[in-house]
Amino acid sequence: MSMSEGTAALRRDFPALSQHIHGHRLVYLDNAATTQKPQCVIDETVRCYTEYCANVHRGAHTLGARASAAYDGARAAVQRLLAAEHVDEIVFFGGCTAAINFVARAWGDEHVGPGDEVCVSELEHHSNLLPWQELCKRRGARLRVIPIDERGELRLDVYAEWLSPRTKLVAVAHVSNALGTVNPVAEMIRLAHGVGARVLVDGAQAVSRQPVDVCALDCDFYAFSGHKLYGPFGIGALYARRELLAGMPPVATGGGMVEQVESERSSFASAPQRFEAGTPNLAGASGLGCAIGYVERVGLNAIMAHDRALVAHARRALARQPGVQLIGTADDALGVVSFVVEGIHPHDLSTVLDQAGVAIRAGHHCAQLVMRHFDVLATVRASFALYNDESDVDALVLGLAQARAVFGA
Amino acid sequence: MSELTQLYQESILDHHRRPRNPGCLPDATHSSEGHNPLCGDRVTITARVADARVLGVCCEARGCALCRASGSMLTEAVLGLTLSEVSDLAARFCAAVGAPGARTPATSVEPSDSEQARLGPLLALAEVRNFPSRIRCATLSWDVLRAALGIG
Repeated sequence: MSMSEGTAALRRDFPALSQHIHGHRLVYLDNAATTQKPQCVIDETVRCYTEYCANVHRGAHTLGARASAAYDGARAAVQRLLAAEHVDEIVFFGGCTAAINFVARAWGDEHVGPGDEVCVSELEHHSNLLPWQELCKRRGARLRVIPIDERGELRLDVYAEWLSPRTKLVAVAHVSNALGTVNPVAEMIRLAHGVGARVLVDGAQAVSRQPVDVCALDCDFYAFSGHKLYGPFGIGALYARRELLAGMPPVATGGGMVEQVESERSSFASAPQRFEAGTPNLAGASGLGCAIGYVERVGLNAIMAHDRALVAHARRALARQPGVQLIGTADDALGVVSFVVEGIHPHDLSTVLDQAGVAIRAGHHCAQLVMRHFDVLATVRASFALYNDESDVDALVLGLAQARAVFGA
Repeated sequence: MSELTQLYQESILDHHRRPRNPGCLPDATHSSEGHNPLCGDRVTITARVADARVLGVCCEARGCALCRASGSMLTEAVLGLTLSEVSDLAARFCAAVGAPGARTPATSVEPSDSEQARLGPLLALAEVRNFPSRIRCATLSWDVLRAALGIG
């Protein structure tokens, strides 16, 4: 299916979306947490367990060869998705969190020392904040948090001022999970490289919504999760420059990542196998490869244009509602609309909306620095995927009116 | 809308809009603070206890309607009770709202007539047992109260 055939046609690819919740059509607007899965991804996962359930790169039998081919194919799909130059620059992990933690250990512990600085932003998801807090604690380094302005955009002026030869790493979200802000990562990378710092981009919210080209961005690390990209849970990937991976030690050791093993010492395989100890998540990787094929067929440029238009529509529709205050109004935003309603707590609104079949997220979205910046405990977050359209925003607005009736707000 | 009007009964909305005994008790002997990491709700309870009896209690709740109403109703329910009576009521309340691990077995069935009588106005909150993601909203203030008073 393609975008031009309309979201109703795309919705038919996702069996979960045909459900009814409390008697209403499911309007799923919690895609920043996880997306629903198209039938082809579900089928591929089942196919893995029914047709090529074997260990990867081990068995010489037919199922083993199929398994290895499927796993290698999935890695090639990730390389294509990120436009990476080499396939061995792609390492599979359990998810984006695991990938970022890996970089903090395998690269951070080697290259960040006392007096050095690591830069993150106030927009970060906890998964791109806590690993760096911990790294700085371990290494006696300083963590600097780039502030955001009242619209939820990064203060590039502050960032540029803070960069110095002490800055060893900049870790920043491509797209904010709490506000939808698209950060100017290309510019940030250019500035960071000017002082010799490396840059990790957390692409968890970006890869499903826009084309990504790690070479054009010139980034050093790029991490994302499969389950937010219409793929299975428990699989994610890291892109890292070949020369960086070559110098990084394994964090986990065990089967599948060695060259020679002796009783006292062993030599390790080269990247990416060196970083993938143990039996890999083949069903996850295959499903992810299939999900990448799916978004490629729909077209990431078309998805991005659709998403951007939907965010603009949702902002307009919500801003017209009494008592609604948008949280985060960045010029460039994708996927997310965050707001609060006077007199109705996000948690209560979430319950009312659920009764109307509308699934949104109420809470701090694992971004407590953002909540603190806007002096709120929580927001309501509607987040979009390729199968959402204006009718879903209409359902959200209708549910909001019902909530006002319940609470007299 | 019927499940919603069951959940957000008039007495709950009333306590939410006009919480009883808000703020902090000036001559408190006991206090505790707690929060729900899922939604960020924060509850502070201050109490004055003498001779193992609650002589005064205030609840400051920053959170959703259920959290605020529960904290407000709690302050009326436990005033004048002995610590062991508070402990008993807290356990009964948590069981009635379906809290996992409540001392009295949690059930999805309605509390019995005698249990309803014991719970009194608190019974209005029992409907949250049908909204599992909201149970914690109703029990947070009771957990904070138990921590403040040092009772199980």
